[in-house]
Amino acid sequence: MYNGWKILLGLIIFLAVATFPFYSNIGKATVKPEPKIDTPVINELKEKKCVESKEFMKAEHMQLLNDWRDSAVRDGNRIYVAQDGEKYTISLQNTCMKCHSNKKEFCDKCHNYAGAKPYCWDCHIAPKEAKK
Amino acid sequence: MGALFSFVMVILLVLLAYAGIKAANLQIFFGVVIPYAAILTFLLGFVYRMLKWSTSPVPFRIPTTCGQQKSLPWVKQNKIENPSTALGATVRMILEVFLFRSLFRNTKAELRDGRLGYGSSKWLWLGSLAFHVSFFTISFRHLRLFLQPVPSPVHFVETLDGFLQIGAPTFLITGSILLLAALFLLLRRFLLPTIRYISLPADYFPLFLIIAIASTGILMRYFLKIDVVSVKELTMGLVSLNPMIPEKIDVIFYIHLFLISVLLAYFPFSKLMHMGGVFLSPTRNLSNNNRMVRHINPWNYPVKARTYEEYEDEFREKMKNAGIPVEKE
Ligand code: HEC
Ligand code: HEC
Ligand code: HEC
Repeated sequence: MYNGWKILLGLIIFLAVATFPFYSNIGKATVKPEPKIDTPVINELKEKKCVESKEFMKAEHMQLLNDWRDSAVRDGNRIYVAQDGEKYTISLQNTCMKCHSNKKEFCDKCHNYAGAKPYCWDCHIAPKEAKK
Repeated sequence: MGALFSFVMVILLVLLAYAGIKAANLQIFFGVVIPYAAILTFLLGFVYRMLKWSTSPVPFRIPTTCGQQKSLPWVKQNKIENPSTALGATVRMILEVFLFRSLFRNTKAELRDGRLGYGSSKWLWLGSLAFHVSFFTISFRHLRLFLQPVPSPVHFVETLDGFLQIGAPTFLITGSILLLAALFLLLRRFLLPTIRYISLPADYFPLFLIIAIASTGILMRYFLKIDVVSVKELTMGLVSLNPMIPEKIDVIFYIHLFLISVLLAYFPFSKLMHMGGVFLSPTRNLSNNNRMVRHINPWNYPVKARTYEEYEDEFREKMKNAGIPVEKE
């Protein structure tokens, strides 16, 4: 082997970087986030349902919010008619967050896990929550 | 031909993963077995190739120099393009690895009015820099699926990447740059006759593969909207060596994962090894000190030499008897 120590050093650095996710996680049990929906508003609902079906919300809620924003801010249309015909006022703070007033236990649970950091709260006001 | 063959291969790989999930329910195979096998092949193959290269001796300095060599004190040396010290060679390597300096020197020869002319040609440099920087950024961003909690540099890079703040999920610039740059590198092989002539399946296959990976990634994020939380469960299971298959991950994710596994497994056997090889290129990483330092050829064997003294010691008596003069009595 020629220039052995330089090449070995390079390989050790390469392996240390490439396997970092493995040795920093090994043996750690991963806990799947369980978004909580027990807020006062939701508990009072007769039928516990979101704007759209749960499956749809799970996958498409960012798209829905984006459509809501365009609809309200660009077209001035602040009424959303859901698939099942129910009407909702288009508002992030006054519709979504009225029901999901537990942002830390709901939105943030998933987002922290998935590494998503919506910048919406730079401007929009998150519901007040008791700090835990 | 090479292009068609590679294209068909990539399509077959996509169909293989699709059929494996949809028809045969091989989630464990495509979600656990193949990724582990691919990572192992990648790491072991990479180390093997590097160690194998490291057994090649470099008896003589062969840097391609493009500047004034170290000379008389009043002649200005180009310390980076013609380095005479390890420091100069290191700076040269850093510029090479991070900024592709030798591609920057790319020239184009052209016949103009019957006369041959050379001009600078930067498109290849720009295209490959865009390609590599995006590829790195995207890989780094993917750490969010492999670390828990997600470290702040990963968030920082993602915020930077999404600074246009278009739509939700936020449009990330590098995804489309990667796709466009890979398409550019592909078109270059299609459209330039000289490049097309030297292009082999081994050139087309990685390009088609990466284009397919980028496309499935973009599809997943912006159009089909897979469940990222379940995906992270799977990826965290892989890296914590507790593999598990969450229910209901869309097949497009398994296609994406399979294509990446193929890329990883193919890596050590392909031209993609330039990732490690660039550090071992003797035309870049050596200083030009052929005349300043004695470089000994490592495969020189010790030559058996015999001095005159030894010769005389052996034959002294015979020489004296024959009347031949000797140095020592
Ligand atoms: C009327 C009250 C109400 C409103 C308004 C509402 N939600 Fe919901 N949301 C719920 C309930 C109840 C559930 C649980 C549904 C279930 O379990 O089937 C839920 C579920 C969800 C889920 C899926 C959680 C999971 O466990 O997968 C997401 C995401 C979500 N909501 C986001 C939103 C967003 C974004 C908005 C605003 C566009 C919104 N919700 C507006 C009541 C509401
Ligand atoms: C730069 C500040 C800013 C940021 C960041 C921002 N918004 Fe807004 N948003 C506004 C303003 C201002 C309005 C207009 C309020 C109105 O007309 O009622 C608005 C309105 C909206 C509306 C419709 C009206 C309402 O009351 O909710 C939605 C939905 C919305 N934004 C969603 C989002 C989402 C989702 C994000 C994050 C991806 C986001 N916004 C980020 C400033 C911002
Ligand atoms: C079931 C888990 C879950 C819940 C609950 C949830 N989200 Fe999300 N959300 C996600 C995931 C996962 C992403 C990231 C998708 C991606 O990166 O492709 C995301 C992304 C977003 C984005 C786009 C962010 C970006 O920068 O791309 C917005 C906006 C958003 N969520 C708003 C909300 C709001 C508001 C709530 C609470 C009312 C909420 N979400 C609740 C899982 C969830």
